[in-house]
Amino acid sequence: MTKERKMNIREDMSWREMPQGGHIIDAGNAEDFKTGDWRSMRPVWLPDKCKQCLLCWPVCPDMAIPVENGKRKDFDFDHCKGCGICVEVCPFKAIDFVEEGK
Amino acid sequence: MAIKDKLSGNEAIAVAMRQIDPDVVAAFPITPSTEVPQYFSQFVANGQVHTEFVAVESEHSAMSACIGAEAAGARTMTATSSQGLALMWEMLYIAASLRLPIVMSVINRALSGPINIHNDHSDSMGARDSGWIQLYCENNQEAYDNLIQAIRIAEHKDVQLPVMVCYDGFITSHAVENIELIEDEKVKAFIGEYRPQHYLLDRDNPISMGPLDMPAYYFEHKRAQAEAMKNAKRVILEVAQEFEKLTGRKYGYFEEYKMEDAEVGIVIMNSTAGTAKFVVNELRKQGIKAGLIKLRVFRPFPFEELGKALSHLKAVAIMDKAESFSTAGGPLFTEVRSAMFDYAKDTKAVSYIYGLGGRDVRPDEIMSVYQDLLEIARTGQVKSTFNYLGVRE
Amino acid sequence: MAYNLKTLTEKEERITGGHRMCAGCGAPIVVRTVLRALKPEDHAVVGVATGCLEVSTCLYPYTAWKDSFIHSAFENAAATVSGAEAAYRALAKVGKVKGTTKFIAFGGDGGTYDIGFQALSGAMERGHDMVYVCYDNEAYMNTGIQRSSSTPKYADTTTSPAGSEIPGKVQFKKDLTMIMAAHNIPYVAQTAPFRNLKDLYEKAEKALYTPGPAFLNVLAPCPRGWRYNTPQLMEIVRLAIETCVWPLYEVIEGKFILNYKPKNKLPVVEYLKPQGRFRHLFTKENEGLLEEIQKEVDRRWNRLLELCGEA
Repeated sequence: MTKERKMNIREDMSWREMPQGGHIIDAGNAEDFKTGDWRSMRPVWLPDKCKQCLLCWPVCPDMAIPVENGKRKDFDFDHCKGCGICVEVCPFKAIDFVEEGK
Repeated sequence: MAIKDKLSGNEAIAVAMRQIDPDVVAAFPITPSTEVPQYFSQFVANGQVHTEFVAVESEHSAMSACIGAEAAGARTMTATSSQGLALMWEMLYIAASLRLPIVMSVINRALSGPINIHNDHSDSMGARDSGWIQLYCENNQEAYDNLIQAIRIAEHKDVQLPVMVCYDGFITSHAVENIELIEDEKVKAFIGEYRPQHYLLDRDNPISMGPLDMPAYYFEHKRAQAEAMKNAKRVILEVAQEFEKLTGRKYGYFEEYKMEDAEVGIVIMNSTAGTAKFVVNELRKQGIKAGLIKLRVFRPFPFEELGKALSHLKAVAIMDKAESFSTAGGPLFTEVRSAMFDYAKDTKAVSYIYGLGGRDVRPDEIMSVYQDLLEIARTGQVKSTFNYLGVRE
Repeated sequence: MAYNLKTLTEKEERITGGHRMCAGCGAPIVVRTVLRALKPEDHAVVGVATGCLEVSTCLYPYTAWKDSFIHSAFENAAATVSGAEAAYRALAKVGKVKGTTKFIAFGGDGGTYDIGFQALSGAMERGHDMVYVCYDNEAYMNTGIQRSSSTPKYADTTTSPAGSEIPGKVQFKKDLTMIMAAHNIPYVAQTAPFRNLKDLYEKAEKALYTPGPAFLNVLAPCPRGWRYNTPQLMEIVRLAIETCVWPLYEVIEGKFILNYKPKNKLPVVEYLKPQGRFRHLFTKENEGLLEEIQKEVDRRWNRLLELCGEA
């Protein structure tokens, strides 16, 4: 589900079609770029062990732990790069770390 | 009703800035531009302007702060010379590529080394590829008039490029001459309000400026910038037309002085044009068909117009108050001659590099240039294409 | 209001995923926490110096920033943001601004301790109402891990490599936080993404909402340059703090306040051991170097304790 953007810049565009100065008018559109394919390791959320302490949420460098109504949900795998910081931080071993693709 | 006054170039520029009343001025002192921020600071201290004056700690930071301010949506100005311009060199390119209509006075001074605080054009010539519009001024009146027009040129929606207004250090900046000022309200009405399309403080439309550009995009962004410079050619004349209606003073890409029937002429910029006009008058008294072209707009370069304007001459000397160390003439010579290749093939062109480091340029020296041109016109031969004027060989 | 992660999750993220920072990079953790301290109704203008953060978060045609962002050059984030801040004040004078805008400059240690130092010092001295945040990863990481004045003594970098004659960078780490404290600005703090990030968040909040210039020096581990096991970032931060290599303190109107005093001060080797950039120090010949490092850590820590009235 991609957001509606003011512009969708493509590499085949003429200079006439792009905003001047290299200005990017769609704030936060990096969201549309998927970095999930960077992963070689993958975190696995174990909701039964998860106490919803939320200590994992703010340490993700990629904002890939969505939280709704104060509760974390499963990883945003479009953006999770598999760094494993959340895995180490979880006090309840509620995040497993496995090889991607297995 | 114009206001008659007697002001130095720097005073005139400061007055123009006061009348423009920009939102931000970020400046750092350097001789001979220092007086500009000094006079302006006094206006700020007396509450005569609403400007936020940022006394930055270097010229690089001056241009950086100007970039931040203009990008934020504020009308921003500054002034510098020589090493100061050189120090902000990388930022000049960035200001232009970010399409920020900053207006800066450059009080032309020689670039070190050795260090020299006097006038020549090596500083602004060194910045000729930066993407800034460059306007050159013979005297305080032109500096004042050009600065006011510069705001309109820069901010025009088809341009959105920064402008530097260049006038000679000490000769123009510090010498007091007569000047006609425009009333405050008329200046205000002429420049209007700054209404940027994209600006950082637009909280409803947040924007990112200055991205990393990969090869897939950089060229297109530069092409767009080049188009803006092309549009500037048209806009400069449009603004000049409006300015003429306001003041009666006419401006174009260059001034043609006694050129209509001229057989020999020179192309020159800034204050020495005044000396050269005196020489032209003396030659005319002797019945010699001499003329001169004083270039006002160096960037964008009026290729076709200048080429055509020289085509009826037998010989022209292109005068550079800067060395580009190409060993093949100065920067003005190179560009003018290129235009002449297309439009004035039959006119002989020679280069003179003169006045470096504030070396005084005397009428008899200019006269000797015309004598050389007359010889070329007579014989059809150029003995020496690349010359120096006034140096002890 | 007491720091509460659950409550904070209600705030909208002001930086998005989809940026190109390395997996496990400390910088975006710092940035998202600092931005979280902004009030939701406040707009921000963020200026970032050339470096890892800037190139990775704003790569045409993408930007990870939801607020306004400007990058101009490497050494001038502070100057650029100071200009934007001056513009804000000027436009406010003539009634052209709506709401509150906060001005934040981010720079790595390269763009802050070294090439950006002059602009930082100038902007802070002029008293602009802005925050400068240094995400300190202790080397010029974006260009491939070259030494900066922030690189710790004996760390291996590509321009201070550990060789047979010279064991890494020979100078001690510049103490920029102290230098900024000497600028006598209203708020200076040294912080890091520690535990639940409370220290970083609250200091960011103070920095943002104390009128005038504020400076935050934030430790931001780099898995590539420091060569530790990537998932262990938070543990590396913890060790930096528990060994007193990176003390957490504030200087508020010139008054030094220590924010965290380890109950058991760990020996510095505990911090150095897990990092590949210090691996060459763990040989018999280099024992003396480890002692040197410990001595300097202790000297600075004791000096800080004196300043904070905790000696």
